[in-house]
Amino acid sequence: MKELFIVAIIAMVFVVIFQIAKASEYVSVLKGEDLARKQSNKINGFLLIVFLIVGLIGVWVCNEWFFKKTLFPQGSASVEGEKIDSMLYLTIAVTGIIFFITQILLFWFSFKYQEAQGKKAHFFAHSTKLELIWTTIPAIALTVLVAFGLMHWFKITGDPPSNAITVEITGHQFGWEVRYPGKDGILGKKDYKLYNSPTGNTLGVDFNDVNSNDDLHTTEMHLIKGTPVKLVINAQDVIHNVGLSHFRLKMDAVPGIPTTMWFTPKYTTAEMKVRTGNPNFVYEISCDQMCGSGHFSMRGVIVVEDEADYKKWIASQKPEYFTLFPAKDPTKTSVDTTVKLAVNTISVKK
Amino acid sequence: MSSAILHDAAVHGVEHHDAHHGEHHHTETFISKYVFSLDHKTISKQFLVTGIIWAIVGGLFSVIFRLQLGYPESTFPWLEDLLGHWAKGGKLQPEFYYALVTMHGTILVFFVLTAGLSGTFSNFLIPLQIGARDMASPLLNCMSYWFFFLASIIMAASLFVQTGPASGGWTIYPPLSALGDASSGSKIGMDLWLVSMAMFIVSSLLGGLNYITTVLNMRTKGMSMTRMPLTIWAFFFTAVLGVLSFPVLLSGAILLLFDRNLGTSFFLSDIVIAGKILPNEGGSAILFQHLFWFLGHPEVYIILLPAMGMSSEILSINSRKPIFGYMAMVGSMFAITVLAFLVWAHHMFVTGLNPFLGAVFVLLTLLIAIPSAIKVFNWLTTLWRANIRFTPAMMFAIGFVSLFISGGLTGIFLGNSSLDIHLHDTYFVIAHFHIVMGVASFFGMFAGVYHWFPKMFGRYLNNTLAYIHFWVTIVGAYCIFWPMHYEGFAGMPRRYYDYSNWESFKMFGGLNEFISFVSLIVFAAQLLFVMNFFYSIWKGRKVTTLNPWNANTLEWTTPIRPGHGNWPGEIPEVHRWAYDYAREGKNGEDFIPQDVPVGEEEEKH
Repeated sequence: MKELFIVAIIAMVFVVIFQIAKASEYVSVLKGEDLARKQSNKINGFLLIVFLIVGLIGVWVCNEWFFKKTLFPQGSASVEGEKIDSMLYLTIAVTGIIFFITQILLFWFSFKYQEAQGKKAHFFAHSTKLELIWTTIPAIALTVLVAFGLMHWFKITGDPPSNAITVEITGHQFGWEVRYPGKDGILGKKDYKLYNSPTGNTLGVDFNDVNSNDDLHTTEMHLIKGTPVKLVINAQDVIHNVGLSHFRLKMDAVPGIPTTMWFTPKYTTAEMKVRTGNPNFVYEISCDQMCGSGHFSMRGVIVVEDEADYKKWIASQKPEYFTLFPAKDPTKTSVDTTVKLAVNTISVKK
Repeated sequence: MSSAILHDAAVHGVEHHDAHHGEHHHTETFISKYVFSLDHKTISKQFLVTGIIWAIVGGLFSVIFRLQLGYPESTFPWLEDLLGHWAKGGKLQPEFYYALVTMHGTILVFFVLTAGLSGTFSNFLIPLQIGARDMASPLLNCMSYWFFFLASIIMAASLFVQTGPASGGWTIYPPLSALGDASSGSKIGMDLWLVSMAMFIVSSLLGGLNYITTVLNMRTKGMSMTRMPLTIWAFFFTAVLGVLSFPVLLSGAILLLFDRNLGTSFFLSDIVIAGKILPNEGGSAILFQHLFWFLGHPEVYIILLPAMGMSSEILSINSRKPIFGYMAMVGSMFAITVLAFLVWAHHMFVTGLNPFLGAVFVLLTLLIAIPSAIKVFNWLTTLWRANIRFTPAMMFAIGFVSLFISGGLTGIFLGNSSLDIHLHDTYFVIAHFHIVMGVASFFGMFAGVYHWFPKMFGRYLNNTLAYIHFWVTIVGAYCIFWPMHYEGFAGMPRRYYDYSNWESFKMFGGLNEFISFVSLIVFAAQLLFVMNFFYSIWKGRKVTTLNPWNANTLEWTTPIRPGHGNWPGEIPEVHRWAYDYAREGKNGEDFIPQDVPVGEEEEKH
């Protein structure tokens, strides 16, 4: 009933506006179309300049309200992201200048050169000099932006430093899995056909590869402040994207084509809680590539901590190999041997 | 040969122009006149009306999903009445949210801003402005519309299938779009989407080939290429873009259909879905993105160029001044057309593509900013020392320039790969392309409708409604999309159904509510336009003069309601370019139409 009422009111408003518009058309016909046009010309010319002024104030107000909610005030949480931030500031400055100049000229000209009695437009059809000026200036500005942009781009996409740790992250509908290479620093081989949910081998790790035997399989990603990390990125089903907005980075996770990305975390999670003034702060991994109905809930967590805390955490994790094959776990040998002994004794008794 | 056709058509035109002015007693039936019409003017109206209907649908979809984004905690019982189980308990379901997002994009990009924009105005203006009786092939032209109609029917049908329409985003990246197990929208809905798009591409190619042929071969005497109005140049380049790039999307769509239904592995490899290990190996999901964006990026210019052309024309007419730098305008459109083919991978900077390749695409992408800047400065100079009449069309043309500047500048952020790493797939991208490609092109389209409506229907649109429409739309569009840049700077990802569980993105609740509220108002203003449009076709104020805007181009030399064949007598001969405004015309007018011979004392253009 309420909805019907609202629809009726909206329809009424439409009809009223429509009738007023019709009436004003009749009035303008009575007044003489030329006069009506001149009057509406004045009104619209005035509104254009009002729009410019109110618009510029709006731009300022919008910035006051929302700048503090962006990632700029807290700064980049990765060393590499600082370059992206500085690049952003440079681009905002360059495009901002052009924005204000051109918008002001557009609305100012529209207002100033509106039709007036007895005035005639100035015949001015071309000027090679002017064309050259506004071809060259944007070209120079863009060259600067391209040069800085590519410099950062090649740094960021280049090889990671040699002290980088390697962490693998795999996306699937709708979550993230993390794998650490363990003590040997080498991730064991994988083959998607080895995927086996019942046994728990959900990443399709090839456990015949010795390198896999000390790999850790976790859901949370822990990183060390100040130590570069290289992410090896995989997807199991559709394309996902490892979005790390605080670190200013993102990279697609593509099934069948592993990708990589590296960065150096600058602040621990605890430090970021202070920097952002948000006691609930966490580094979140957001999926930034449409991946299905649960796309918006595909969240991962990164904990950045000091080396000591990191080592403690790593030590508390058990290699996946031993979770899946408890029989091979050396820490469980005592239990295992007793079982085996028991079996032996049974067979002996027979 | 072309002169023979012209002669033939001339005779044809004369024959059909009988004593009853405006009411041609063709030996035509209702079906041949209004349904399977061969007249380019009728076909253009068919495109326009179909485009308007699709725009209402596509716009309504965005209003519905904006309700979810603006009011994630609320329920709307009427939504359940409208959408059934897709909005159980008045709450939009995520699957359908994504279906709406996908359909909103597909409908507006292809059905409204490609078919509705270039289909309408290329068809309407090319023969009228170059001085031709009709298109090179009226039959292909008619088929072009009916293939579009077929595509529309199939796409509309996909909205009603049980598993829902396609829901993987308008870019339909596989494997998501290839596997029914990955998303319910990737079941039959996706097949229908692909078939519909295939029909759409056929329509677009038939239209495009026709436009190119007509522009190249059927110009009237004296209409050299460099005397053509900028509208025609824009439609010509648009058609070239479409003809060269749409087939690539067709190949992608067909390969995707194969992957979906025939067990091929063009785009699939190493996939475990719903606990099943798929046998597909060796395909590349990224290959599809190359095929898609090889069309997808030129598509942006297919949408934008007609708006640029029409705005140039309208700005010049209503400034009562020649367009500044005609050759530079043509040159920059040509540069945009060429570069449009060389920048597609800037949509793929974060797919893991080779960084060196990325760098090449950065360079080529940012090069496009130069012709774009030239166009903006030329438009500004056209306004300088003008004598401006703020007709509704002029308001939208000025709005177009403003939006093109705002949206174009943010392209410089996204085209620079190092910034794109951060901004990719955030609300910054949404703000960018909605302003520059969505709203700006819509403004170009509205400018065109307001300007050429008198020629189309022999009546005017209501001016008061037009000004309300303009002001609500431009203020609303900026209120909606300007703040989204800040959400993008906060890294807020696009295509999220709900942000409330994210510590990083949940602080924009109030802003999202504001945006949704404004989008409702802007949508209502568009409905006002639609009312004005349909009302004025039959009841609008009648046009009483041949040339209501005092324009130079040839369409205003035809009768107020031209019949099939456009000119009752000879096609006028062209003696000058289209921009002789601010000149001393006969009877002291400030313009000299293209068909007026060059006087003794005049210098030639």
